[in-house]
Amino acid sequence: MTHIVVDPVTRIEGHLRIEAEVDGGKVANAWSSSTMFRGIEIILQGRDPRDAWAFTQRICGVCTTVHAIASIRAVEDAIGAKPPPNARLLRNLIIASQCIQDHVIHFYHLHALDWVDIVSALEADPHETSALAQSISDWPKSSATYFKGIQDRVKSLVERGQLGPFANAYWGHSAYKLPAAANLMAVAHYLEALEWQREFIKIHAILGGKNPHLQSFLVGGMATPVDPDAQASLNIHTIAHFKKLIAGAQEFVSQVYVPDLLAVASFYKDWAGYGAGVGNYMVYGEYPLDDEPSPELYIPSGVIRNRDISKVEEFDPSKITEQITHSWYDYEGGDGQALHPSEGETSPNYTGPEPPYQRLDTSRKYSWLKSPRYDGVPMEVGPLSRMLVSYVRGHEKVQGLVNHVLGTLGVGPEALFSTLGRVAARGIETQVLVDKIGDFVDDLASNMGSGELRIHDNSKWEPSTWPDDCTGAGFHEAPRGALGHWVRVQDGKIARYQCVVPSTWNAGPRDSGGMPGPYEAALVGTPVADPEQPIEILRTVHSFDPCMACGVHVVDSGGREVTRVKVR
Amino acid sequence: MDDPSSDFGRELLARGVSRREFLGFCTSLAVMIGLPRSASAAIAEAIENNPKPTLVWLNFQDCAGNTESFLRASKPTAAEVILDLISIDYHEVIMAAAGHQAEANLRSVVESQSGQYIAVVEGSIPTGAGGAYMTVGGRSALQIANEVCGNALATIAAGTCASFGGIPAASPNPTGALGISDAVPGIKTLINLSACPVNAQNLTATLVYFLTYSKWPPLDHLNRPLFAYGKSIHDNCERRAHYDSGQYVEQWGDEAHRDGQCLYKMGCKGPVSFQNCPNIGWNDNTSWPVACGHGCIGCAEPDFWDKMTPFYEHLPGFPGFGRGSDIDKIGFWGTLGVTGAFAAHTLTHLGKRLVQNGGDKAQEGPPASTPLDEGDEK
Repeated sequence: MTHIVVDPVTRIEGHLRIEAEVDGGKVANAWSSSTMFRGIEIILQGRDPRDAWAFTQRICGVCTTVHAIASIRAVEDAIGAKPPPNARLLRNLIIASQCIQDHVIHFYHLHALDWVDIVSALEADPHETSALAQSISDWPKSSATYFKGIQDRVKSLVERGQLGPFANAYWGHSAYKLPAAANLMAVAHYLEALEWQREFIKIHAILGGKNPHLQSFLVGGMATPVDPDAQASLNIHTIAHFKKLIAGAQEFVSQVYVPDLLAVASFYKDWAGYGAGVGNYMVYGEYPLDDEPSPELYIPSGVIRNRDISKVEEFDPSKITEQITHSWYDYEGGDGQALHPSEGETSPNYTGPEPPYQRLDTSRKYSWLKSPRYDGVPMEVGPLSRMLVSYVRGHEKVQGLVNHVLGTLGVGPEALFSTLGRVAARGIETQVLVDKIGDFVDDLASNMGSGELRIHDNSKWEPSTWPDDCTGAGFHEAPRGALGHWVRVQDGKIARYQCVVPSTWNAGPRDSGGMPGPYEAALVGTPVADPEQPIEILRTVHSFDPCMACGVHVVDSGGREVTRVKVR
Repeated sequence: MDDPSSDFGRELLARGVSRREFLGFCTSLAVMIGLPRSASAAIAEAIENNPKPTLVWLNFQDCAGNTESFLRASKPTAAEVILDLISIDYHEVIMAAAGHQAEANLRSVVESQSGQYIAVVEGSIPTGAGGAYMTVGGRSALQIANEVCGNALATIAAGTCASFGGIPAASPNPTGALGISDAVPGIKTLINLSACPVNAQNLTATLVYFLTYSKWPPLDHLNRPLFAYGKSIHDNCERRAHYDSGQYVEQWGDEAHRDGQCLYKMGCKGPVSFQNCPNIGWNDNTSWPVACGHGCIGCAEPDFWDKMTPFYEHLPGFPGFGRGSDIDKIGFWGTLGVTGAFAAHTLTHLGKRLVQNGGDKAQEGPPASTPLDEGDEK
C-alpha cells in the first residue's frame, strides 16, 4: 500500500489536496480536502441584500457570473421582485456564454495536458498532423506549414530550457496514448483556444462592462439599458456584435472543440471504464424560457439515482442537507447533524495539523468543504448530470448529440458513467448551448424592436417596499453544476446567507455514515502506473472541473448576531 | 526586428503577428504608461532584446479572477508575445506539473534565482488559525509568501485582495486576512495593482515598463503606478458632462439611463476612485462598467467592501457641482444619515490622498461645508 499526496492539484480553480492509497496499481481509497477558507457568508451579515451579488460573485473569478446570478435570484425570491423579460434574456445570454467559454477553457487549458503530451509533439510530422486535422474537420488552420510553425515554437521553448508552465510534468508517461501527430494538433488548438476565449468573452464586456467580475447585475433586473435607437444602450450595434461573436463560437466549437474531443477520446476509450463515482446525478435546471413563476427550462431539472436512466425524479429542494463530520466546522447540536441550508449554521474550527504538515488525519476532520447530501445520499452535479437528465427527459437536441458521440466512439450509454463520460458530456453541452444562445439574442432584438425596453422591476428597489422579515432561495446551473443560495432578509439587511455549491457537492468529504463524496468515490479503482507520477488521479479529478474557492463557504450562525469589527 | 531571421521575428511570424501590429501594440503601451508615442521604438527594442525574466505567480486566498483577467490580456496576439517573453515557472492554474513536481519548480526558482525573479501575488494572506485558512502542499500562505516574496527582485500584488486584503479582509475579517504589504513587511520593491480583478492591461504595462527602463514605474502613496491610478474615474468619465449639467439617471432603465446620463445618484463611486478604466477600458477596450450602465464600485481602493458600501447609496455632495447642485443638496441631506459613516471614511481617506499628492487636486477635493466636517468626526 502506497500513500500518495497530490497537493497542489494544479490546473484547477482554488486549492485542492488529494490523498490516496494505491494498492496493486489501483487507487484503493481516496480523500479530497479543500485547503482554503475565506468566510464570505460571515462577511455578508448585516449588509444590504442588493449588494450581496457583488460579494458572492467574488467567491469565484473563473465562473465569474454564477454566484451573482444565484444571489439576485435568491434576494428577488425573498423580497418579491419580478425581473422583466429583457432581464431574463440578458441573464440567459450571460449564463450561456459563461458556460461555453468555461467549458472550452477547461478542455484545452485545464484538462488537455492530462491526455496530450506536449514534448511528443516535437516528433510529429507536420504533414501527418495536417492530414489528421483535415480528416476530422473543415477548420481552415490545418496546413502542414501552420503546424510546423507551432512545432518550431515549442521547440524553441525546449531548446532555450525555459519550458515555463510546462516544465517538470509527466511527459513521456506510459499513460499518454496519442500519436505524435495528434499531440501536435492538440498543442496548436491549445494556443488557438487561448486566443478564441479572449475574443468570445467580449460578449460579457458588452453585457457587464468587464470580464471577469461583470458589473451589471441588479436585484430586480439588469443595469444594461436596451434601446435600438440610443447610443448609450445595448442597441442595434450590440445585436450585430453578439451575432458575430456567437457565429465565431459556433465555428470554433463545432469545427475544433468537438472534433478534438472525439479524436482524443477515441484513443482513451478505456477511460469509459474508470471514474464512475457515486452514480447519483442532480440538476436544478436552467435557461428560463418564459416569465411565469415556474418557467419552462431549456435544460430541465431532475434527479437520477444509481445510474438508472429508465427514470428521472422531480427535484425537491427540501431534501438538501449538509453535514460536517469530516469538515473543520462545529454544529451547535453536535457534529452528527444534517441541516437544511435555510436552517444552516457554521462556525469554523480548524482541528487539523499545524502547517507545515505532511499528512492529514483523514479519520477525523480533514477539509474546509462540508458534505452536502440529497435525501441523505451524495449527488454528482455538472455537465454529465445535466446531459443525463436531459437525455432521459427526451430533450431532442441532447439526445441527438449524445447518440452521435456514443455512435462515433462505438460505445453504449453505460460509457457515460465515467471519467471519459464527464469529458464528453461537457463537449456535448457546449455544442447544445452554442446552437441555442442565438435565440436569446433574437428574442432580445425582437423585444427591443417592439418597444419593450424594461430592464428592471423598480417597484421593489427601495427597502421600504420589502417585508420586514422574508426568506428566499436562488437556484442556478453553473458550468460545474447545481448551485443554490439561501437568504434571509430582516429589516432590510441580510440576517442569514448560505451557498451550497457545485464543487461542494462533488469534492466534499465523507459524511457521518462514512460515505465518500463523488471525487473520493470516482478515484477508487483508478489505475496508477507510477505513484511518483500519478497522472491518472489528475485525469479523474480534472474530469469534474474542480472549482475549490466556490466549494468552500460558511453559513451564518442561524440568526445569531455576528459582531461587526470596526473598520479602520 | 525587421530582420525576419531573428528569433523574435520568427516567433512573431509563427504567431501571425505583423511588424505593423507589433509596433501598434508598443505605441498603445507607450501611451498607456504615459510616454510619448515616440517611445514605442524603445519599447519594441526592449521587448525584442532583453532576456526572458522568470516570474512565479502565487495564488493565496483568491478567486482566480486576476489569473483569468491576465488570460484576457488585450491586443491578443502581441500580448501572447509578452507572455512568451516571460518565463512563468510557477502558476497553479495553468502549470502542467502538480503535487511535489510543482513544488519543486517553485523551490528551484527561489533557490537558483534568488533576488532575480518577479513574484506576482493573487489573493490575501490569512493570519488566523495558525495559517490553516490557506495552505498549499501543507505550508501556510504566510510561510510561502515570506520565502518567495522575501527573495524576489520585486513583488507585484495583482488585485485588491493581494494589495490591501480585499474581500476576505472585509468586516469582520473572519480569517485575519492581510494584503502582502502588511503580511510581509519590508519587501523591497512592491507594486500594488489593485482592482477587482486587476485590469490585464495594467499588469502587462507594468512588466513592459520594467523591461523597457530596467526600473519600476513611479507609484502613488498606495504603491500603485501613476500611469494607471493617477486620476479619478470621475475626472476621465465619459458621462462627466452630464454630471456637470445635473443630468442624472433616477431609475434603472429610465430615459436618462438609456441616454447614458450620470450614474451618481444610483451610487457611482467614480469621484472617489482612482483607476484608468475610462481610458483603457476592459477586454480590449470593449467596455467598462459605467459605459455599460452600472456605477463604479471603487474596486481599486483599500477597504472598498466596507467603505464603498452600500453600493447603491450615493456619495455626499461634491463641490464643482453645476446646475444640478440643487438636486444634490436634496439628495445629500436625505442620505446623510445613511452615508455618515461612509462619508467619514471616504473623506478622511481622500483628504490623506490629497495631502500626499501635494494637493494638486485640491480644487476638486472634498466639500468644504461644515456639515460634512461634523460627519467626519462622528
